[in-house]
Amino acid sequence: MSGEHEQHPLFMPLVFVGGLIFGFGLGFSQMAQPEVVLSFLQFEDFGLLFVMFGAAIVTGITYFGVKQVRSTAPLTGAAYARRLKTLDKNVVIGGGIFGVGWGLSGICPGAAYASLGIGNYAMLWGIAGMFIGAYTQGFWRSTRTESATTTTAAD
Amino acid sequence: MVAELFPNGISHYAIGGLLVGLGVATIYVGTGISAGASTFLESTLSYGSTLSRFQQYRPSRDWRVVFTLGIVAGAAIYAVTASPQDGLWVTEVQWWRLLVGGILVGVGTRVGKGCTSGHGVCGVGSVSNASFVGVATFLLIAIGTAQLVQAVGVVP
Repeated sequence: MSGEHEQHPLFMPLVFVGGLIFGFGLGFSQMAQPEVVLSFLQFEDFGLLFVMFGAAIVTGITYFGVKQVRSTAPLTGAAYARRLKTLDKNVVIGGGIFGVGWGLSGICPGAAYASLGIGNYAMLWGIAGMFIGAYTQGFWRSTRTESATTTTAAD
Repeated sequence: MVAELFPNGISHYAIGGLLVGLGVATIYVGTGISAGASTFLESTLSYGSTLSRFQQYRPSRDWRVVFTLGIVAGAAIYAVTASPQDGLWVTEVQWWRLLVGGILVGVGTRVGKGCTSGHGVCGVGSVSNASFVGVATFLLIAIGTAQLVQAVGVVP
């Protein structure tokens, strides 16, 4: 995607409104609360399944339904495409590392941002950790890529 | 049976989930973009870092900041409109669990190409094999980790 997308005057407002609904939903679902996530992972309350699958079903219907109506998005002209990533060992390795972190803390990125909005300042520890982790893998992958070849990361 | 599996009911979970999906759908219908939450971490680092890994996110970094501010503001609106017992809480999970867990989440979501929203909502909604594998992996590992942490007596 290019920076041109952001030229449409409604682009940023729409992204903000989407974020508002998303964040309100995370607050309403209580998924922003680490204790609720941990109680799900420890099999004490399976309600979180309704958050994840409820959201995925709405998204799935939208992704497949909107293409029946029109082929490109009004604000960007971009073709409606599914979110597809290459399945390789990184998906499993990264998913495993994320799983250990999620299981230890009960926080994932979106829920952590929402948690901050609720006024849960202890979550700054978690968000600081996420930036440290993202920087660490970026540092490692950047230096490894530069020393090995000149090709750029594709994911 | 149902009451045992869902001691707090399901309505707030289901309604919250539908709203999370509606937020993603709103952005998708308008822009064609699949908005995941974890790319924000790397795209925001591109403002202050020249590492090559982060530069691919320069074109999207501004709207990702706006998206994240929207999430924070949306949750704040929830907190001020909800009843006190629902909307006002502070986590009692210990700071080191948040920090260490956060570091692993930061590494894992970026190496693994997505988080609970990118893989779990957008990817599963796209019927993506990579996302099915990603979700199955982080869900199973997280369950094992959380149970282990509980078993060794780390509370809260």
